[in-house]
Amino acid sequence: MKMHRLLGATVIIAASVGMTFAASAETVAYKIVDDGIPKSLTGKSGDAKAGRKVAYNRKTGNCLACHKLPIPEQQFHGEVGPDLKGVASRYSEAEIRLRVVDSKKMNSDTIMPAFYRDSGFTRLQKKWVGKSILKAQEVEDLVAYLMTLK
Amino acid sequence: MKIRQLLLALTGTIAVAGLGLGFVVSQTTSAKAEGIRSGYTYATKETQGLQDDEMSNPGYLWVDTGEDLWSKAEGDAGKSCNDCHGDAADSMKKAGVSYPKYKDDIGKMQNIEQRINQCRTDNMKAKAWKWESNQLLSMTTYVRNQSTGMPVSVAVDGPAKPFFEKGKAFFNQRRGLLDMACKHCHEDNAGNLIRANVLSQGQINGFPVYRLKWGKVGSSHRRFRGCNKQVRAKPFKNGSDEYVNLELYVAWRGRGLPVETPAVRN
Repeated sequence: MKMHRLLGATVIIAASVGMTFAASAETVAYKIVDDGIPKSLTGKSGDAKAGRKVAYNRKTGNCLACHKLPIPEQQFHGEVGPDLKGVASRYSEAEIRLRVVDSKKMNSDTIMPAFYRDSGFTRLQKKWVGKSILKAQEVEDLVAYLMTLK
Repeated sequence: MKIRQLLLALTGTIAVAGLGLGFVVSQTTSAKAEGIRSGYTYATKETQGLQDDEMSNPGYLWVDTGEDLWSKAEGDAGKSCNDCHGDAADSMKKAGVSYPKYKDDIGKMQNIEQRINQCRTDNMKAKAWKWESNQLLSMTTYVRNQSTGMPVSVAVDGPAKPFFEKGKAFFNQRRGLLDMACKHCHEDNAGNLIRANVLSQGQINGFPVYRLKWGKVGSSHRRFRGCNKQVRAKPFKNGSDEYVNLELYVAWRGRGLPVETPAVRN
C-alpha cells in the first residue's frame, strides 16, 4: 500500500519532468534484447486475423493512417511511414514487436506513437490516463499479422 | 447614375482583383522558393474555386456581418468602431499582417480578437464578445479581410522574443497519448497523405477560415484545439497565452504568405 503510493508519486514527479517508463500497473514489463522484444507480451502468439483488423481499425491501431498495407478493401492508405508490404522479410518478430510497442526506442524523433506505453506523456487527456493505445493482446495480434507480410 | 456607379465599381473591382492576383502570384512564387506554402496550395481545385470567388465564398457572410457591426454604436460610450477608426479599408489595412503584437500595457502578446475586445471594453465601454461568437468571428474576419493579399509580417524580436520562443517550444513539444508535436505533421510530413487527408504546413494566413467540416468560420485557436484533441492531448482555452504565443510562432512560420481571410479549407 505504502509502496504503491510511493511509486505513484514517483511516476507523477517523473512524468512532470518528461521521463518515460516502460511499464506500470496497466502494461506488463518487457525486456529489450538488441533491437527487439523477443518475448510475447501475453506469453502466447497472437491471432493474425484479429491483428489485420487492429491494423485498419481507426479506433485501435489505425496503421493505415500512416502506412500502406495489403488491405485492398480499405480506401486511403497514408504515406507518412514506409509501405509495410514485406515488412516480415525485413525485420524479425522481435524487432517488429519493439517497433509497435515503442518505436522511439529506435528513433527518438519519429512521429510514430508508442502503441504500448501508458505514462510519460505531456497534457494527456483525462480519459487516457494510465492507458496505452493498444492492449497487450492487440499488440500480439498485430505482430502476428505483420509477420504474415513476407 | 446608378448604372455608372455600378460600372465604376465593377471596373474598380476588376482592377483591384487584377492587382491582387498579381500580388498573390508573386507572393506565392517567392514563398515557394523559401519552401513556405499556404494551405491553399494543398486544397482541391473545387475548394480553391470556392475561396477565389467572393460571391461563392461562404466566409464573406462573416465579412458582411463584420462590416455591419463596424458602424454599429454599442456600449456606454455610445461609439462604433467607425467613429474612431473611420473607413476600415484604410485604418485596418495593416492589422491583418502584423498580429499578434506585443502590447506594453498588458506586458504580453495580443491577437486581433483580443485587440477588438480591448477596444470594446476600454473605449466603447461595451461588453467583450465571447470567443468564437458570431460577432467576434465576424469582426475579426472583417478586419483581417482588409489585409487580403498583403504579406504576413509579424515582429518576433525585441519584447516579442520570449513569447516567440515559447510559441516555438509549444510547436515542437510532443503532447497527448499519440505523443506528437505540431512539427511532426506540419513540418516533417507536410504534403504527405494521412489516411485520406493531405497534411499541410499548418499555416494560418487564411484565418479566420471557413472550414467545410465546421460549416462555418472559425479561429486559429479553435483549430489548435482540434489538433491538440486529435493527438489526445488536453487543449488550452481559446485566447490563452499558450495559443497566442503559438499563433505568433505559426504566423512567423508563414511570413510572406498573403493574407487570405476568409480562406476556405476542408
